[in-house]
Amino acid sequence: MLAFIIRRSLQSVAVLVAMSLLVFVGVYAVGNPIDILINPQADQIEREHAIAALGLDRSLPEQYLSFVTGAAHGDLGRSFVHSTPALSLILERMPATMELALAAMVIAIVLGIPLGLWAGLKPRSIAGRAIMAGSILGFSLPTFWVGLMLIMVFSVMLGWLPSSGRGPTVDLFGVIPVSFLSLEGWRHLALPAINLALFKLALLIRLTRAGAREALLQDYVKFARAKGLTNARIIGVHVLRNILIPIVTVIGLELGSVIAFAIVTESVFAWPGMGKLLIDSIGLLDRPVIVAYLLIIVTLFIIINLVVDILYSALDPRVRVTESKG
Amino acid sequence: MSVPLLEVEGLRTHFFTKAGVVKAVDDVSFTVSKGEVLGLVGESGSGKTMIGYSIMGLIDPPGRIVSGRIVLGGRDLRALSPEALRQLRGNRIAMIFQDPMMTLNPVLRIDVQMVETILAHESLPRAAAMERSRAALVRVGIPSPDERLSAYPHQFSGGMRQRVAIAIALLNNPDLIIADEPTTALDVTIQGQILYEMQKLTRETGAAMIWVTHDLAVVAGLADRVCVMYAGRIVEEGTVADVIERPVHPYTQGLLDSVPSRTARGVRLKPIQGMAPSLADLPLGCAFRDRCGRSIDACLGAPETRMVGDLSRGRAVRCHNPLPPVAVLE
Repeated sequence: MLAFIIRRSLQSVAVLVAMSLLVFVGVYAVGNPIDILINPQADQIEREHAIAALGLDRSLPEQYLSFVTGAAHGDLGRSFVHSTPALSLILERMPATMELALAAMVIAIVLGIPLGLWAGLKPRSIAGRAIMAGSILGFSLPTFWVGLMLIMVFSVMLGWLPSSGRGPTVDLFGVIPVSFLSLEGWRHLALPAINLALFKLALLIRLTRAGAREALLQDYVKFARAKGLTNARIIGVHVLRNILIPIVTVIGLELGSVIAFAIVTESVFAWPGMGKLLIDSIGLLDRPVIVAYLLIIVTLFIIINLVVDILYSALDPRVRVTESKG
Repeated sequence: MSVPLLEVEGLRTHFFTKAGVVKAVDDVSFTVSKGEVLGLVGESGSGKTMIGYSIMGLIDPPGRIVSGRIVLGGRDLRALSPEALRQLRGNRIAMIFQDPMMTLNPVLRIDVQMVETILAHESLPRAAAMERSRAALVRVGIPSPDERLSAYPHQFSGGMRQRVAIAIALLNNPDLIIADEPTTALDVTIQGQILYEMQKLTRETGAAMIWVTHDLAVVAGLADRVCVMYAGRIVEEGTVADVIERPVHPYTQGLLDSVPSRTARGVRLKPIQGMAPSLADLPLGCAFRDRCGRSIDACLGAPETRMVGDLSRGRAVRCHNPLPPVAVLE
């Protein structure tokens, strides 16, 4: 297992280097930020001065090299706009996005797996059909529209829940500001989390249902019934353990994408997370923030995938064997 | 005559599909006495497996037991609640399946799959259940059982997996074991070993067994009595010696002629012509009529089961024009 983790870490470093190069070149190609950043009335000397200060007078390889040197020391550059380190700017916003993403994933898992199991066990029942019809809606309605509808119904018409912001935050462990520790925070979290969860919920329902339907046809289920096991044990242990393998993989991948692409929901609900920061930074061509953001997201994906692989081998004994041989 | 352990009477199990009603089991009656081994022989799709599932109460929709009685030790299984039937399954009646590669759950350890079978039927300390599982593995001839208990199914060969499945079936000392072609998927040498073990184990434990197979040779070495099935019905029944040496139903004769034998080298095999009819669309009268060399006009009407020969030997046949019981040895 240790060898596996070391090997994966080395691979991850290679991925990060490749990714940073791609992003750097890509962002460089988008446009020159100086036209946006500097006051149009500024004269030529001021302009030259600003360009030199931001390091934009150097060639692309030079800029990349100095970025990499900085990154190796944990410095991902300073924001052009805010003049603060890009990394701390992003980390400041990260708890908000993380909280939103995790809340959405928890909703999707806690509802999705039982509903999917139900639909898989009783595909012909009214409840089973209703769950599947609902999941199609969850798939096909665009996130921003559902977000607006949620605000219309629950904030504007019913006035039950606030429509924007995080509300008051409480510091978890004294450093991480979170909303879910206070009732008011919960009220702020509810709508965006539901909005973000809907698509993942639909995905998990369909995945669980398909897995359950397939597993139920397997001989081991018939054998388990022939052994006289209770239905609860057959479903809860024999079926669930088998379908959990693909589900864990998808949950891992989706968790990454929920964190990285919570942008739409964050925009609709004015949630002060990383996604909103990224959109603002792209608008202002704030290169260091964009690059730092993407690198952080890549790192997140790498970590999540590593965790998924470890979980995977815990769930499926057949994977364990091939790993020890390799 | 003593009361039989299992009595199946007029069993009909039908599947109500879109293409029509599939009569997988159609008016089947037989009995199994304590400690007896009954061979249930037939081609694929003759309904033999469905008889096993019917007894276990494992028929899933669109299938349903339409009529008949299944009496085990004086209790009518069809009248039992699902929970009472569950308590019988794996406890009083156990079943072994055809493909050992598929019957064990791939992600659960062997000890988990064994212990749960015991704990589903009695409350016992885990350690005691573990000990009994270990003893069951020893009983079916699995070496180093302690190591094997904590292994996963993929670490076993096919033959070993089937031994594990047999050990699981024997865990609660069932009165009846239904073995659904448990050796078909195995190598011939392994098949021989498993047959030998099963014979020994049923003798030791006194369990009765229904051995479902398409292989008359297997039945010849193992069973006391044989029922030959065709198209959802039992067409011939008798002791192994009677049925194999002096078949009276033309279908049984055909089955025997399809098997190559050691003694008759160079003799041309005589396979049964044609294919088994679809159970959804059976011809009127005798279902074997179109493939039978002995069919007569009467075969257009459905044959009833008749006793033949010496009544005490329990020979029955469902045929209008059976072979004479003695004149077969060529």
